[in-house]
Amino acid sequence: MFESATVTPIPDRRELAAVFAGGGVGALCRGLLSEAYPQAESSWPWVTFAVNLIGAFLLGYFATRLQERLPLSSYRRPLLGTGLCGGLTTFSTMQVELLRMIDARHFGLAVGYASASVVGGYAAIHLATAMVRRVRVRT
Amino acid sequence: MIIGLWVGMALIGGAGSVLRFVVDGAIASRTGRAFPFGTLAVNLSGAVLLGLVTGLALSHDRTLLAGTAAVGSYTTFSTWMFETQRLGEDRQVQNLAANIVVSLVAGIAAAALGRLIGSHL
Repeated sequence: MFESATVTPIPDRRELAAVFAGGGVGALCRGLLSEAYPQAESSWPWVTFAVNLIGAFLLGYFATRLQERLPLSSYRRPLLGTGLCGGLTTFSTMQVELLRMIDARHFGLAVGYASASVVGGYAAIHLATAMVRRVRVRT
Repeated sequence: MIIGLWVGMALIGGAGSVLRFVVDGAIASRTGRAFPFGTLAVNLSGAVLLGLVTGLALSHDRTLLAGTAAVGSYTTFSTWMFETQRLGEDRQVQNLAANIVVSLVAGIAAAALGRLIGSHL
């Protein structure tokens, strides 16, 4: 039996369309870059690393600005945050890249890549958030 | 046809993002806001799926559509980091560390599992 509090709210079509559009653009950008700069297993995965850090910075900026600075909007967060940044960045590709580095016994590279991604991603969100909050709200 | 491939990537990438939005929302509404289980579930299931795609050894274009576009968009690095940073702001140090360590360790294990399954199909 389901309690009413656990029922998932049904997202509206405009919200889903915004996620779809943003996600499509983000995925296309990531796909074009990955095709333009193919990566060997033994080298630093620059494309994934770059899109992940750029996407994290943009999400930190958009999400903080939309939550704390701009009036409530029903489609900007799904379009720019969930869609664009979510589609541009990827967790799964990073994990498969790490797995291949471990297979190839490039342990130092794997540890370096995982650490730099996490520290860089965290710092990117922190920086973008601080930038948005430094701008005083107009009264 | 190269244009068709890019249009396919955008459409499939859009669909992957919508699936993430729906799955994350369904899980987060059941588990509450204390820990980002929704993103964790999306990312770990996506790591299994991308491992599977890798193990299947599909053609270049199919890998691009099923792996890079579909599963790549379904999973997210930016939201994972955003939620981790917000846990840090709230001084939830244990949850912050757990969100990083569990995602990475279980993510690599999930990718390995998916690849193992894929290579036996």
